[in-house]
Amino acid sequence: MTAMATVTPFTPVASTIGGVLIGLAAVLLMLFNGRIAGISGIMARMVPPYRGADAVSAVAFVLGLMAAPLCYLAVTGEPVSQTVSAHAGLMAVAGLLVGFGTVYGGGCTSGHGVCGLSRLSRRSLVATAIFLAMGFATVFVVRHVIGG
Amino acid sequence: MLRPALSLVAGLIFGLGLVIGGMVDPAKVQNFLDITGTFDPSLAFVMGGAVVVTFVGYRLAFRERLPLLAEQFHLPTAKELDSRIIIGPALFGIGWGLSGFCPGPAITSLPLMAKGTLIFVSAMLAGVCLARSVTQRPCAWAASRACR
Repeated sequence: MTAMATVTPFTPVASTIGGVLIGLAAVLLMLFNGRIAGISGIMARMVPPYRGADAVSAVAFVLGLMAAPLCYLAVTGEPVSQTVSAHAGLMAVAGLLVGFGTVYGGGCTSGHGVCGLSRLSRRSLVATAIFLAMGFATVFVVRHVIGG
Repeated sequence: MLRPALSLVAGLIFGLGLVIGGMVDPAKVQNFLDITGTFDPSLAFVMGGAVVVTFVGYRLAFRERLPLLAEQFHLPTAKELDSRIIIGPALFGIGWGLSGFCPGPAITSLPLMAKGTLIFVSAMLAGVCLARSVTQRPCAWAASRACR
């Protein structure tokens, strides 16, 4: 189903720096705007009904996200490299599951995994354990049971 | 206009964190989830760095009585472990494993214009709307459960 497993280099230093930047963004958003930096929640705020959910700020955050790979290219001269599956059916099903699951469960990797864990939320700890476990299980089945 | 401006900057920093940390590459995320195969532990360093900075930074931010640009801290109030906190993350985890994308990296990847990303994000937005119609709750409320 998915493309053949591509080996990716282990990048502890770059990944820690990336994590620190994500944390910095989450702290800024809380300190100034009083908001959790959860991407699924920000996505949900962009869709009506709005009920004072500060949709303009949500759109601005998303624009900031999308500016990032372009800024990275402009500064470093290196395009961002990624390997994305081009399997339309697989990506449609996965997108549907991710959009539905994160909003239904009130958070994603950032809202539960970063912000929630940092607030020592029990709900976020449970949510993070479940999506990690299902992620591990899914990749195991796709790569080693079906694809084995 | 200060709040949207702050959101734009926070989004850009967040996105740069994802790019530098390697998380916009679904192959790298799937390799984290593939312990028995082409394992790449980088994602743990992104999460670790982000949680440490957010844990400390949130404590400093909450010393303020109010956010600097808003009238209140928007924090989730739900504490109970209901079925949504199990089902949502379980579905999300399956989609995450299938694609290697969660909401933040998928949106950040849009300008890179991979076909799979465009399909994934379209389906993800449909999933967001579906979750909201199923829960019969206004978006702002549903999202406030953990991810605002």
